[in-house]
Amino acid sequence: MDGAELVGKIVYTWLTLVLGFILLPSAFGVSLGISELYMKILVKTLEWATLRIEKGVSKESVLKNSASVGIIQRDESPMEKGLSGLRGRDFELSDVFYFSKKGLEAIVEDEVTQRFSSEELVSWNLLTRTNVNFQYISPKLTMVWVLGVIVRYCVLLPLSLKNRLSELVHLTCCRICVRALSGTIHYHNKQYRPQKGGICVANHTSPIDVLILTTDGCYAMVGQVHGGLMGIIQRAMVKACPHVWFERSEMKDRHLVTKRLREHIADKKKLPILIFPEGTCINNTSVMMFKKGSFEIGGTIYPVAIKYNPQFGDAFWNSSKYNMVSYLLRVMTSWAIVCDVWYMPPMTREEGEDAVQFANRVKSAIAIQGGLTELPWDGGLKRAKVKDTYKEEQQKNYSKMIVGNGSLNSELD
Amino acid sequence: MGSRSSHAARIPDVDSIRRETGFSQASLLRLYHRFRALDWNEKGYLSRVDLQQIGALAVNPLGDRIIDSFFPDGSLHLDFPGFVRVLARFRPVDDEDNRNRDPKEPEPLNSRMNKLRFAFQLYDLDRDGKISRQEMLQVLRLMVGVQVTEEQLESIADRTVQEADEDGDGAVSFLEFAKSLEKMNIEQKMSIRILK
Repeated sequence: MDGAELVGKIVYTWLTLVLGFILLPSAFGVSLGISELYMKILVKTLEWATLRIEKGVSKESVLKNSASVGIIQRDESPMEKGLSGLRGRDFELSDVFYFSKKGLEAIVEDEVTQRFSSEELVSWNLLTRTNVNFQYISPKLTMVWVLGVIVRYCVLLPLSLKNRLSELVHLTCCRICVRALSGTIHYHNKQYRPQKGGICVANHTSPIDVLILTTDGCYAMVGQVHGGLMGIIQRAMVKACPHVWFERSEMKDRHLVTKRLREHIADKKKLPILIFPEGTCINNTSVMMFKKGSFEIGGTIYPVAIKYNPQFGDAFWNSSKYNMVSYLLRVMTSWAIVCDVWYMPPMTREEGEDAVQFANRVKSAIAIQGGLTELPWDGGLKRAKVKDTYKEEQQKNYSKMIVGNGSLNSELD
Repeated sequence: MGSRSSHAARIPDVDSIRRETGFSQASLLRLYHRFRALDWNEKGYLSRVDLQQIGALAVNPLGDRIIDSFFPDGSLHLDFPGFVRVLARFRPVDDEDNRNRDPKEPEPLNSRMNKLRFAFQLYDLDRDGKISRQEMLQVLRLMVGVQVTEEQLESIADRTVQEADEDGDGAVSFLEFAKSLEKMNIEQKMSIRILK
């Protein structure tokens, strides 16, 4: 029985420690400096681990290559050059070569699908998931990794589960969750925090975005009613702040949505609305096309840029690949979530600017602030087919080439 | 992405694929990862829809024709060997291929003739070995969209078929097609180099 008693004692003391060091300080919003220390240790460990791998790998690291260069040699010449064209040349049987080569290149590697795979990291972060060269680790490293697994699954995970069950005041709840995820968030420019009666617009990487923003202020959420676990959480949140929820069928009616949102912001006492205009999770390296709907409502827009530090954990959620629960599990067992949140000065739609231009302006501002690249591709591409307008562009260019001076050529015949 | 070992042993029949296509081990590995990435719901094969999801391909005027070349004979599933077989046509021609070639072995997939065959079947919609004037028109229409009138397109198609057609049957056979392009640097235009 001694063994069992011992284990019992260990568990008991450990729980007390957990309570003491995590829950209580969170309730009072006090930092014990443990998270900062944890971070420092983490960074040192990861740097050391990377060095060990680099020593062990004799040939060039695949990781370094794939992070910066594509896998095929690209010839980015425009259509005219690719078709060996002077302007006004006639159609040739060989023209098809250009299009087929471009097509095959796209099949081997394309810009958009790359955006949707988790950012391949240059320095491995001891999570199996992101390392391609997993086999090249020495025994010493394996030990560290095993230790890491134990720590992550036995310490951090139960912590977060426990924390999720506590029902304290709205803000405190969020802070606990953030601590559980070992989250360190830096808020910049707090003076531009969204005010009542405005709309907060941010780029979207994962469901944790919401958690991160609400830790620093109350927002009204716009969204779809979810079933299951999310539904329970949603109902709990509604009790704390009034939100705007829609049934899925209502979301299809854009005018209804716009009307209800307008009503909400017109009431200056209501909390600012939080909207993610991209509509789907991007992998946090780029900001895709902002859907214009949010920008037609009017009112003041408060842009917010959220950028996760990929070194500590990949927060990206590919909803077509993982469901909510497995995603949350992944996140909670990552080392930590570190991110920066930048509040930006408010923007309003200017005279003569339409919703799309305004949306693009806000998108650029957020991308610049967060150090993200801008992509014109629609985030919906991940699931849906692309619009035909882009294809028409190519067809137009090609036609101009072969027919533009076509009438001249046939006269010379 | 799940845990991925970088072992080539994961690829089924890797040796026979290597012999058939001439791709190096490293290139095959990259292509295998690409195949797995495109197969986002992990069926083990690709369908037309999976290829249509590729943005840059969907805006290519010949996108549908290119996808057709992966699904010959009306098949609906594309497995990895089939995927690589088509891509092998675009492998750059190395001098090594020609020197070490055993004349009794079948032509390598990336030979000049085979590259031309790939281009030919982009035009040959009904796969009867000839490009008729009608087929030429249809493919031209794909490339120009709605920008060009029917008369202009017809005159272009007529001229092209006339120039290439030698036996006067009003259609372009593969040999006529190859002859009309004999001066063209096919190797450079139809090659994609995979970086190590």
